[in-house]
This record gives sequence, C-alpha cells and structure tokens, in this order.
Amino acid sequence: MPEKTYRDALKDGLREEMIRDERVFIMGEDVGLNWGGAFKVTKGLADEFGEARVRDTPISENTIAGTAVGAAITGMIPVAEIMFGDLITLAMDQVCNQAAKMRYMFGGQTSVPLVLRTVFGGGKNIASHHSQSLESWFMHTPGLKIAVPAFAYDVKGLIKTAIRDPNPVLFLEHKLVYDKKEDVPDEDYTVPFGQAKVRREGEDVTVWGTFFMLHKALEVADELAKDGISVEVIDPRTLAPLDKKTLIESVKKTGRLVLVTEETKTGATTAEIAATVQEEAFDWLDAPIKRVNAPDTPVPFSPPLEGYFIPDNKRIAQAIREIV
Amino acid sequence: MTVDKKTLKELYTRTLKVRRFEEKVWDLFGENVVPGTLHLYLGQEAVAAGVTTALKKTDWIQSTHRGHGHVVAKGADMNAALAELLGKETGSCKGKGGSMHITQFNVGVLGATGVVASGLPIAVGAALSCQMRGTDDVVACFFGDGASNNGTFGESLNMSAIWKLPLIWIVENNLYAMGTPIKMMCPSATIAQRADGYCIPNVVVDGNNALAVYEATVEAVKRARAGEGPTLIECQTYRMKGHSRFDAAKYRPEKETKYWLSEERDAVRIIREMAIEQGALTETQAEKIDAKISKDVEKAADFAKKSDFPKPEETLDDVFAEVA
Ligand SMILES: Cc1ncc(C[n+]2csc(CCOP(=O)(O)OP(=O)(O)O)c2C)c(N)n1
Ligand SMILES: [Mg+2]
Repeated sequence: MPEKTYRDALKDGLREEMIRDERVFIMGEDVGLNWGGAFKVTKGLADEFGEARVRDTPISENTIAGTAVGAAITGMIPVAEIMFGDLITLAMDQVCNQAAKMRYMFGGQTSVPLVLRTVFGGGKNIASHHSQSLESWFMHTPGLKIAVPAFAYDVKGLIKTAIRDPNPVLFLEHKLVYDKKEDVPDEDYTVPFGQAKVRREGEDVTVWGTFFMLHKALEVADELAKDGISVEVIDPRTLAPLDKKTLIESVKKTGRLVLVTEETKTGATTAEIAATVQEEAFDWLDAPIKRVNAPDTPVPFSPPLEGYFIPDNKRIAQAIREIV
Repeated sequence: MTVDKKTLKELYTRTLKVRRFEEKVWDLFGENVVPGTLHLYLGQEAVAAGVTTALKKTDWIQSTHRGHGHVVAKGADMNAALAELLGKETGSCKGKGGSMHITQFNVGVLGATGVVASGLPIAVGAALSCQMRGTDDVVACFFGDGASNNGTFGESLNMSAIWKLPLIWIVENNLYAMGTPIKMMCPSATIAQRADGYCIPNVVVDGNNALAVYEATVEAVKRARAGEGPTLIECQTYRMKGHSRFDAAKYRPEKETKYWLSEERDAVRIIREMAIEQGALTETQAEKIDAKISKDVEKAADFAKKSDFPKPEETLDDVFAEVA
C-alpha cells in the first residue's frame, strides 16, 4: 500500500469523487489553475477537470457558501473551500442560517448536499486571524455534520463520505497535518461518519482529542508507556454525528478521561464531551475529567507566545499523570 | 413589445390572485389565527405577477421575508400556503417555516428567508447549477431596496456577472426598509444604477404595472437563456400596509401615501383596465375570474383552519436527510 501525505490522500479522494459523479465540483478562492489552494490540496485538479469544475471565486466568503447552498439544492454537489477557518466568520449566515436550517424550516422539502472545507489550527506563526480552532461553534449548530480528519487514511475516506452525504458537511482540516504520512489505499473506500477510532489501546486512562493534538497524544502515550502508564487514545473522526459509544465504553474500562484539543477552553468541544461523559458514565469515573486546552485568548503571533498557547506534550502528560 | 391577450389575462389573474390571497391573510390575522408576525405583499402584487408570468415552470425564484406573493404567483398550492401561515401540519413546510419561510420547492421556489439579503448568494448558486447542468432554466431573485445595502448584494452581483449566469435580479423598491427611507441610505437616484459597476444591464420600471414588469423580465430572460448573463430590474412600488404585523407605517408622509395608494396607482386596477382596454377581457370575464379566485382563497382558508397542528414531537423531524 502506498504511503501518502494527508494532502495527497485528500486530493485523491476529491479527484475520485469528481470522476465518479459529474455533479461534484470544487469552488473557492485560488483553488484553481494558478495556485491550487492555499495549502495546495487542489493543485492539478483544474488541469484535469477544467476551470468550470475547479472554479476560482472572488474573495466573497458569504457568497461562496451561499452559492454552494443554491447549487446543492438544485442538483449539484459543491465542495466549497474557505481558505482559512477564521474567515468562515464572513460566511456564518449561509453556513448556520441557510445550509444548516434549510431542510428543517422547509419541512423536509429539500436537502443540502454540500461540503464546505476549511482549515483550523495554529503552529505556523500566522497570528490571530489565521490560526483559531472554531469547531465548537458548529457543533452547537443543529443541521450540520462535522468531519475532523487528523490522519491520511481517514481524510480520503471521510471526504468521500462527506461528498456522498445528502446533508451539509463542514469538513475541517488542520494546517499541521497536511504533511503527515500514512499508508493510503489507491482504491475506493469510505470512512463512516459517527464512528470513532481507537488509535491506541490502553487500560489506565482514556485520552480523547482532535487534529494535531491526537498526534501529540500518541507521542505522549509512547512516553508514558515507559513508566508503565497505559493510555488509550480515541479519535472521534466526526464531531457531528458524535460517536459517544466508543468513548463511553473506553471510559468504563479505564475510569479516567483526559480531553485534549487546540481550542480555547471556554465553550470548547471538550466541555461538551466532559458533560456527556458525566451524564452517561459518572459511576465509572475514578477521577475528575481533565481538560487540556488553549488559554482564553486570541492566538498570538510570536513563537514563544504561540508555543505557550498551543497545548504541548508536557501539558498533556502532566494532565494524565495528575489523575492516574 | 406587443403582448397577446392570453398574457394580459394571465397577468391580471396572477396580480389578482396575490391580492386576494393577501387580503385573506390580513383577515385571518384579524381573527388572530396567524401566529407570530408577517410581512404582507399587498401593494406589490404586480412585481410577482409580472416576473413569474415571464418564467416557465422549471425556472426558479428566490424569495424574501415578504414572500407570500412570490410563492403564490409562481403557482403554489394555496391550501398548503395558508396552512403554513397558520402553523398547521398540512402546511408546505409542515408548520416549521411559517410566513418568513413560506416555500414550495416543487413549483420552483428556492426558499423564502428571514435574513435580509441572504437569498442573493443562493440564487447565484442555483443559476450556476442551471448553467453547469446545461439546462436552459433561469433564476429570478427578489430582494428589497434595503437588501441592496447588504454586502451580499455586491458579492452576488459581481459573481453573477463574471460567470454570465442566467439570473434576473429583481429589486422591489418599496421606498422603505422597515421605517428607513431608501433615499436616506442610498446615495444614487436609483438602485438600478448600482448594477453599472458590475457591468450588469439594468432598468427601472413601474412596479405597480404588471405589464411593464413582465416586459422587462421577458427581455432579461431572453438574455439569460442566450447565455448573455444577468440583468437587474428595479421595480418601484409601495406597501399598502405597514412593514409587519403591528406597524401602522405612520412614518410615511401623507403626500407620498396619497399618491402611491391612489386608485390610479393600484396594481390590480392598472392591469385590469389595460386588459379590458386591449380586449383581452370583458368586465364580466374579469368578475368571473375574481369570483373563482375568491372562492379558491376562501376554500384554502377553510382548509387551513380545519387542519390539525403538528404533533409536538414532530419538532424533532427533518433536521437531516437520511443517508441512502
Ligand atoms: C440581515 C437582517 N437584518 C435585519 C433584519 C430585520 N429586518 C427585517 S425586514 C427589514 C427591512 C428590509 O427592507 P427591504 O429589503 O427594503 O424589504 P421590504 O421589507 O421593504 O420588503 C429588516 C431590517 C433582518 N431580518 N435581516
Ligand atoms: Mg423595502
């Protein structure tokens, strides 16, 4: 099986879906011929499929998202891109009021099969307007599905599931995982929504996290294993639908839970997960649930500041040690 | 342009139908059976009638918060429309939408929206879809004078122009956005001239004259179907009532209301006289059409009132479409 980067696996998924279904098209700022996407995910696709199906747009986030909505309800399957996650604020009406609510408020008369891709996360010293992680806002928006692929195998399978889903899917990526490599099959496969993956089995403590934090948590788990601490690491893969079952089962086994994401702490997805676990597995918990998040500040620029902001292996390890 | 008698009769019929429908809605809310608020279309009927008469069944319209008239003129089932306004399970949106989201997808209504100016991007997407799927369908997008001050106006006009989309922008300039006069909020003499900046052909018409609206729309549709791109039509018109349920519209100067609400400016009267003058209708035929419409509206009101409310637990339905 060939080893591929997350970026190439994602591109393969997009490409294969475009070949499979001619209703699928890509649109966004600089996704096309001259640039191939700010993170080069769509590079080469405009050459292959033409500029109509890999469509550069003006810098008009709300209308990019709205165009995707209008195209989706009339027989197309748009995969629209918002260049940076922070800029989705300019498209909030179309994402949260239109795409998410349309099927419901029209009593099921229509559905909105669109995919909106964007990228979250810090680590590149590009400061407050290009680094934030906003997934909890959308988890709080009924009507949206949310994919959070952190690994190359998953990103290909999940983009296919997203494109084939009849509902609006927010497809969230992370800047620091585009170059991560994994074995990725060349053939067609999907990864189902709402099915978490146990990335490492363990007995003493469960770590649940997303995106780059999963990569860190796995490193930490290796380290702690040397001290005889056995860590189970769970990757939800989608936040909506959320696989509670896998998590609850794991907590029932380990009795301990550490939640790790790059979001600022207040109102983060980790708060929702912690609340869910205490509702559904309170009696199995042997220690308080720990949360490892960023502080409640905008994402800073300077390397020592950003380094302080983003949770690191030390903080994750410390949180685990505090409860085992 | 010479219009045939059949078209004149159709214009009269649609204008009148919207008028009688809205009068019934006004009565129903007098009876206190319409929950919430609503924005009546009374006074602006000629716009919806003129535009939709120039469209075919498979063409689309995008509506606004003042949408009853658009939907009825496009051929909506009046039973389902009135039932929706009353929040009944037989409503077109099963009681989940109400006045601001009154929509019938199956007659070519993309949606009615509570967010001013949010329909413009969706119309861009629908028109792009018509173009990409190789149909000859067009999209007519209604919006108000107030909406033309929102950012989506610029984004969407621009996108429609660069991609030469089969799209007709219909500005219903009723001189006010709630209580705010457009002349306070727009520096140019017309809204239409704003389209010049996007190289979109534009025209100002008497929005109380269904024939004038129709003729302008026919030209625009011709351009759109020929692949020549969008047109903007500013229809100057006036609300007969306040902005919403409890607004008495006291802010409108008497001289202005006297002119606009005079019998000579009345949309139904204008098209009726024209049709009779040009031999498309006799007085008796005009009365007969009126009697038939009034009866249908009466029946629809009856149907709506007698229909059941949805069961409370139906709240939970229609958030997502089932994955196949
Ligand atoms: C984005 C947004 N801002 C404000 C409102 C509240 N609002 C509802 S209708 C309206 C006025 C709209 O004016 P116009 O576009 O001229 O349409 P009209 O009501 O005259 O038909 C306002 C401000 C809203 N619904 N959406
Ligand atoms: Mg207005």
